[in-house]
Amino acid sequence: MTTDASTPPTRRLPWGGLLALLALLILLVLVGVALVRGQRGQFGVGQPAPDFAITTFDGQTLSLANLRGKVVLVNFWASWCLPCEQEADELQAAWQLYQPRGDVVFIGIAWSDMDNKAKAYLSRFGITYPNAPDMGTRISQAYRITGVPETYIINRQGILTYVKLSPFNSVDEIRAAIQTALDEP
Amino acid sequence: MIALCPALFRTRTLWARADTAAILRRAVLTMFCLGLWLMPVAAFAQSPTPRTVTDDEVNAIAKQLYCPVCENIPLDVCPTQACADWREEIRLKLAEGWSEAQIKQYFVDRFGDRVLGAPPPRGVNWLVYLLPPLAVIAGLFLLYRALTSWLRPAGAHPSLPADLPQDEYVRRLEEELRNRDR
Repeated sequence: MTTDASTPPTRRLPWGGLLALLALLILLVLVGVALVRGQRGQFGVGQPAPDFAITTFDGQTLSLANLRGKVVLVNFWASWCLPCEQEADELQAAWQLYQPRGDVVFIGIAWSDMDNKAKAYLSRFGITYPNAPDMGTRISQAYRITGVPETYIINRQGILTYVKLSPFNSVDEIRAAIQTALDEP
Repeated sequence: MIALCPALFRTRTLWARADTAAILRRAVLTMFCLGLWLMPVAAFAQSPTPRTVTDDEVNAIAKQLYCPVCENIPLDVCPTQACADWREEIRLKLAEGWSEAQIKQYFVDRFGDRVLGAPPPRGVNWLVYLLPPLAVIAGLFLLYRALTSWLRPAGAHPSLPADLPQDEYVRRLEEELRNRDR
């Protein structure tokens, strides 16, 4: 025997195939992440409410984290949204009921709206609770809203206790929703 | 203005007195008063005159933007009130002399990157711009490898180098065959 039969011939790694597989894997992961994020659906009751900070149309700064210990009603609206107009008076009336107590805060978030139009809307309905533009649509994305109006009520511990994906029909409906959050320890 | 600058109207009588210091003081005061008087004129001259903006100018920018309300519909053809408001905002900004880049940046700051037709090249967005050309290059490389292997002559098998020692069994088998043929 002149050859060493025990030594197998060396094989080069198929780098091209490996790279192609790696690229395919990365692509699949990215598509998968996008699909999972897209299918998360509505923000659910019982989940911690995403924190946010806003600068209101009149220059006041507010942070949800700083409102811990109070019940917070977050209402997403827009000046071009006709259903939002249906509940505008009710929300303002409810705010006037709760404002003297000090343990309930209303916050309006103008979604995909122009400042001048939003301010005109607030003036038209005489809305006095804090309202702010959703800069970069970051808040609406955090709450995964699907349109306007949508209302989220957060209890004193910062947990979401109520979600309304349509306009409120009456002040009583708003009061009942807030009372649920107030009754929680 | 005249009430503020009585000195301006007394300069001629003061000049006759040849009081240099006083004349200098009056001159400075005169220039100050003239400046005050001309300031509104200059400010008026510098204020931008609102110009008429055509629909084509608005749509040239609007077609590059998408509002979150009506996804996948460019702003220039979107029929909703929200998009009409956005187009109106573009018209106002153009009338104020804003450039296209400034207006697009304004909408990005206000509503996020999602308003743009193409993601801005930063962060993970780079993948959008890098992966397709990389995939094309990788594909061309694989195609080249495949074509060269297909076009190689059948006898020249790359996996069996010529200088590889012959197997003893094969050598003996070939020798037997040659002997049999004789």
